[in-house]
Amino acid sequence: MSDSLPADSVGLVIPSHLHVETPLDLECGRTLPQFDLIYETYGQLNTDKSNAVLICHALSGDHHAAGFNSLEERKPGWWDSAIGPGKAIDTNHFFVVCPNNLGGCKGSSGPNTINPETGKLYGPDFPIVTVTDWVKSQAILADSLGIQKWAAVVGGSLGGMQALHWAISLPERVAHVLVIAAAPKLSAQNIAFNEVARTAIKSDPEFHQGRYQEFNTVPRQGLGLARMLGHITYLSDEAMGEKFGRELRSGKIQYGYDVEFQIESYLRYQSISFVERFDANTYLLMTKALDYFDPAKEFNDDLTQAVKAIQAKSLIISFTSDWRFSPLRSLEIVNALLSAGKSVSYAEIEATQGHDAFLMPIPRYMEIFASYMQQVAKEVNG
Amino acid sequence: MTLRVDLQIISDWIPDNAHVLDLGCGNGALLKHLQQRNVTGYGLEIDNSKFTECIHSGVNVIQADLDVGLGQFADQSFDFVILSQTLQAVKRPDFLLREIMRVGKQGIIGFPNFGHWQCRVQLGLGGKMPVSKNLPNAWFDTPNIHLCTLKDFEKICDQYGFSVVNRSVVNHEHKDTLGIRLLPNLFGQIAVYLIHNGKS
Repeated sequence: MSDSLPADSVGLVIPSHLHVETPLDLECGRTLPQFDLIYETYGQLNTDKSNAVLICHALSGDHHAAGFNSLEERKPGWWDSAIGPGKAIDTNHFFVVCPNNLGGCKGSSGPNTINPETGKLYGPDFPIVTVTDWVKSQAILADSLGIQKWAAVVGGSLGGMQALHWAISLPERVAHVLVIAAAPKLSAQNIAFNEVARTAIKSDPEFHQGRYQEFNTVPRQGLGLARMLGHITYLSDEAMGEKFGRELRSGKIQYGYDVEFQIESYLRYQSISFVERFDANTYLLMTKALDYFDPAKEFNDDLTQAVKAIQAKSLIISFTSDWRFSPLRSLEIVNALLSAGKSVSYAEIEATQGHDAFLMPIPRYMEIFASYMQQVAKEVNG
Repeated sequence: MTLRVDLQIISDWIPDNAHVLDLGCGNGALLKHLQQRNVTGYGLEIDNSKFTECIHSGVNVIQADLDVGLGQFADQSFDFVILSQTLQAVKRPDFLLREIMRVGKQGIIGFPNFGHWQCRVQLGLGGKMPVSKNLPNAWFDTPNIHLCTLKDFEKICDQYGFSVVNRSVVNHEHKDTLGIRLLPNLFGQIAVYLIHNGKS
């Protein structure tokens, strides 16, 4: 990036760190004796600590949601389009907190951190954590920051599911919830895609049952394949067509098996760059957390019953070309909230970008997002 | 903020603490107004800019197309379902009316009266499709594809077993005149009905 930071950026950000000594009982039955959460914050917490917004990240996201960690950083945080001064989540009004989920690979306790009991890397021995566990751990983070109630909990995709779960499981601690491009649970097709991704990773000879780090290697091929597959599901046919079409790299057909079409080159680039920044065990774990997410399960599969406890006002947003979590999936959440008589608004945004649209500064999306957050800010400021 | 007169009429019919559904809620003015009296509920709106206005004013709004019905709502789940100045613009008013009375204990329906004398004169004597303040579009570009008169509306209500609990008929200045009181179907330009299921 250039020497000067954009005016609407939160600027340079240094991640914070929370170490928790209290054991955390996990949904899978195991216990984390202690754990760490890495998180970033933007904006100022007001004196009555009522202006805090929690950002929940998606499958491959992390705590670096906005701004730059250094002047050398080429790209800002993953949701910089929505977080910053004057942006939808306006840091002039809100104190924004974004933690890396437990089981992640960017500094929170996870497979690539040291197990304090053995002094060795957790690797595949890190327990499978669920959305429920994330919410519990994030509640401990909120306590540590003195935040009793979030002005809003916001997330897209898997982050949207977490946001929904926050509102269901700790209703008195969430004033508003924004669930974007999410679903109340994965479909069989969603799980199938996850399983192909996991199979790609696990069948890589360098995987070594998840102990690849002990062998000083990484299942590059498998993780890269998983990412390629995932990436296809994040884009729409239309978006791929617009971006790459059938364009050839060299201008003409080579009649060989090397990369010829631009889309092939793009997917390979995505896969290589992803392997550099992400951990295979974390990928396995995150896809499992997605598969297991189903808040209606303990309510006889009745989502309306599951959302009954919600006290928050909600905004649900979907995107027309999203086929990973289509508008119909968001409508399942909306309809449950309507049946339960909850305060809810719902927008379906025309977008060609597919599932990834939730990360893009699409004007109508940002307008609705910002308008809603302005109402939240008004409530906070009385 | 002053409320559009037909919305004022509707507002007066809705008691405090009611739970309502406003179909084609526009910028959410009615719901916003009703919030002061603890009335809860949702608006349905398909127009992008009006939808955003609702969000901006803190009104619950669902982006939805009325032509597909109200399938997401359970039977008798609202005290009132409101449809103001929109009945004539939907594909199947009969279907929507039944949907309204399925999800609402009572329905409030407002529409422009096609039986107004000016319409009759323009069509009957002038031989042309009427254009007026309430119906400003030409026949080829009008969103108002299913116009009806007071008599037509009352007939369909009767047919479906909905009884008229209250009716307010006004002119385009939203005033009630002696003429309207005597011959509402001839002199009334805007009608608002409060209907409920079953014979009164």
